[in-house]
Amino acid sequence: MNTVVEQPRHFCALAAQQTVLAIERAIPLVHAGPGCSAKLFSALSFCNGFQGSGYCGGNAIPCTNTGEKEVVFGGEERLRQLIKGALKLMDGDLFVVLTGCTADLIGDNGGQVVNEFAREGIPIVFAETGGFKGSSYDGHELVLEAIIQQYLNPARSINPKQVNVWASVPYQDPFWSGNLETLKQLLQGLGLEVNILFGHNSGGAAAWKAIPAAAFNLLVSPWVGVRIMKLLQEKFGTPYLHYPGLPIGARETSQFLRAAAAFAGVDSHGVEGFIHVQEQRFYHYLERAADFLLEFRYDLPGRFFVAADAFYTLAVSRFLVNELGLIPGHQFITDETPDEHRPSIISQLADLAPGIGTSVTFTPDGGIIAREMKDYPHQQLPLLIGSSWDRDLAAGLKGYTLSLCPPITDKLVLDRSYAGYSGGLRLIEDIYSAVLERNEQT
Amino acid sequence: MSIHLTDKEAEIRESRLGSITNFRGGARELCMKSQAGTLVNEERRFTQCTSCSSTTAVCQLSMIQDAAVVNHAPLGCAGDFSSFNFTNRNGQVKRGMKLQNAHLLSSNLRERDMIYGGAERLKTALREARDRFAPRAIFITASCSSGIIGDDLESIASEAEPGLGVPVVPIHCEGFRSGVWATGFDAAYHGILSKIVKPAQNKRQDLVQIVNFWGSDIFTNLLGRIGLKVNYLVPFATIEQLEHLSEAAAIAQICPTLGTYLGVGLEQDFGVPEVKAPPPYGIAGTDAWLRALGRVVKREKQVEALITEEKIRIGPELDKLREQLAGHSGFVGAGAGHGHGILCLLQDLGLKVAGACVWHHDPCLDSGDPEADSLSHLVNNYGDMPFGVCNKQSFEMANMLHHLHPDIFIVRHHGMAVWGAKLGIPTFLMGDEHFAVGYQGLLNYGHKIADTIANPAFINNLASHSRLPYKPWWFDSDLDAFPGGEWF
Repeated sequence: MNTVVEQPRHFCALAAQQTVLAIERAIPLVHAGPGCSAKLFSALSFCNGFQGSGYCGGNAIPCTNTGEKEVVFGGEERLRQLIKGALKLMDGDLFVVLTGCTADLIGDNGGQVVNEFAREGIPIVFAETGGFKGSSYDGHELVLEAIIQQYLNPARSINPKQVNVWASVPYQDPFWSGNLETLKQLLQGLGLEVNILFGHNSGGAAAWKAIPAAAFNLLVSPWVGVRIMKLLQEKFGTPYLHYPGLPIGARETSQFLRAAAAFAGVDSHGVEGFIHVQEQRFYHYLERAADFLLEFRYDLPGRFFVAADAFYTLAVSRFLVNELGLIPGHQFITDETPDEHRPSIISQLADLAPGIGTSVTFTPDGGIIAREMKDYPHQQLPLLIGSSWDRDLAAGLKGYTLSLCPPITDKLVLDRSYAGYSGGLRLIEDIYSAVLERNEQT
Repeated sequence: MSIHLTDKEAEIRESRLGSITNFRGGARELCMKSQAGTLVNEERRFTQCTSCSSTTAVCQLSMIQDAAVVNHAPLGCAGDFSSFNFTNRNGQVKRGMKLQNAHLLSSNLRERDMIYGGAERLKTALREARDRFAPRAIFITASCSSGIIGDDLESIASEAEPGLGVPVVPIHCEGFRSGVWATGFDAAYHGILSKIVKPAQNKRQDLVQIVNFWGSDIFTNLLGRIGLKVNYLVPFATIEQLEHLSEAAAIAQICPTLGTYLGVGLEQDFGVPEVKAPPPYGIAGTDAWLRALGRVVKREKQVEALITEEKIRIGPELDKLREQLAGHSGFVGAGAGHGHGILCLLQDLGLKVAGACVWHHDPCLDSGDPEADSLSHLVNNYGDMPFGVCNKQSFEMANMLHHLHPDIFIVRHHGMAVWGAKLGIPTFLMGDEHFAVGYQGLLNYGHKIADTIANPAFINNLASHSRLPYKPWWFDSDLDAFPGGEWF
């Protein structure tokens, strides 16, 4: 992606530290310059719904803080010291060594240093995540790959009920924690044993060790993680279901559950029973919104625009079109989607519902988003679902806005999720609360 | 001292001032060793992540309202954009300014640029910055990557400048250059002093420049009472205001750690006298700061009257607060100058200092003036106290807090507060550095402390349901048993 970036919505490969932090009792050991970890924490946790330091994040992250000395003489000895100290001091079950730009540019052989420890049976893995190597999404995949390749062994037996779920990129998706818990509950409804790997009560290192024992892997994401699914299939023979988007609302979630059940070979009768109960509840509450949505006398948003990663742009567009009957304007995908995955995303967006599709711009640059939004021939008040960067842009267009991707500095996010049946209701509440709040102010 | 505005970059604090980031002992010992020049910075063998100079440079530059900053770096270095934008917007609302996002751009260096150099990328970013923001000046902040691959920011800037029609100012804040992140303030000021500030056309005898972060405006009122006008630097200023810095009658610091370079540079090269005084926190500090200012702007009598009035005004309320807070102990974790100031203030409020930790220590400031030595001021006025220098090493802080268990932990930097709170210690971070300023600052802080101690329910909940990521032996150990961190 050869572009300057204004208003960044994701960061560099070293953002992988946040993926490590999402694994219970896993500890990132960062071999990088003195400010890298703090900046990424600020960007992806603090200024992204104020998600918190967690067990060993923020200022607790062990780091070599490489300086001039290491740049000139090399930093391998410094890394060795850091690892020794961390093993003595830090109370963790899995250690993940990550490099930053400095270590990668000066050519430190971090892998060799880490091997010295791994050979002794210490649970430690290594990933080269120098910032210039790619985006937050790339860094996330690099860490998953490192753990799978260096930490996992083939399973003695397969658990026919176990599914590993791969969906949100932790911290990059401000709602990752709630989303994963929601997906877990939904899939448990099918009678599956669900391994979500990240977040509260996900099982930490033991859950990761159990990855090869799964009957199948379930990837809920347009493209991030596809190569990890292939790796797991190749390495452990585990089949995978690639479900290309986060299910939001009744229609999408029911479809998701049917697909997962079919893949898992779950009896469809029980599945339909579960779906029926969930759908009835969803449409009960949707009906409650009808009076407001049909009779609100002031300005409801006309066209919607989503500026987010492919994960949310697709999911939110599908939900708004199919569940609320909204009309799309133009969409933006900010995650530097690799070229090979774009045609599928473009065609999914072009065909959201019979006769309803939307165009899309792939760009990580907020400046381009702003320019195209201003150039769009708005006839009604737009709804812009993006980040806290976009508040002025939306206000300038007299539109409405909801922050869904980083940075989120206008909301505190705890366990909120937009996934599933109840996630759809949350999204409706949040969009129209933003509308009402602005109408109250003016 | 060694400030040369014709140099391409500011010398780092370690070599310019002898600054250190590791010390354990007493405040008096640190003071004496600083004066004797016998401080040695023993490097820690195990460390946790710190901040870097590029963040502190952007901290000062990103909120200049009509400038743009191009961060010449991979995208992760722009991780501090959203935080400063948040501060910027918050400050714009408070000041009644136009609400707008900060003008920040990343050149987004990638693997290819590490091989072929990032010059073209930077040139594109400079043009984009001009087209998007129409800035009055563009600052280029360097990164570890741009430094290591050797991009020549000076020549790119000077070649681009005529075409862009505004000053293009390279800022040498590569993270790896210094272990003292305050170096980034100096780097930003070096750029402002060498390329933005102009020689004075008219001197204004009633104007004081105050170097600060984003504190609320308390000086307009306070100094207005002695007939002075105030201009704040650098956040929320405009390029035009910065161009005219040299017209002021004085430049004063609320935190000498922050503004030492700017103060001396402005005095040395532009003839604006720097007010040499400890920071205006606590009674003795505020007395000294106001009197030093009064001498520079020749308003000694008015200053004395102001001091008398203010002390009479706060007297009864201060007495009540002292009664309320008597017997409590506090621990401070903050930047050096600010931390010294808060320690004075706590003792004026009648608290006992359990201990303190500052993020780095400058054995002297750029002016070399002992009047501005805030640590000496602390020790001379309040005596000795347990004192550490530690660049936000939260494992050390956790050990100290666990052993000292103060009644209150006061922090001035993101990411530290939660570790004290998880240990069950009532904790707050004060984001507004002016909250503590002056005689009123004593009352502000007194009430804040009293409120924080009054209902520890949240802290207790945290402490009983969370744990720190260190093995139990660490909390059983006395940090002093491991000089230089030799525990493994």
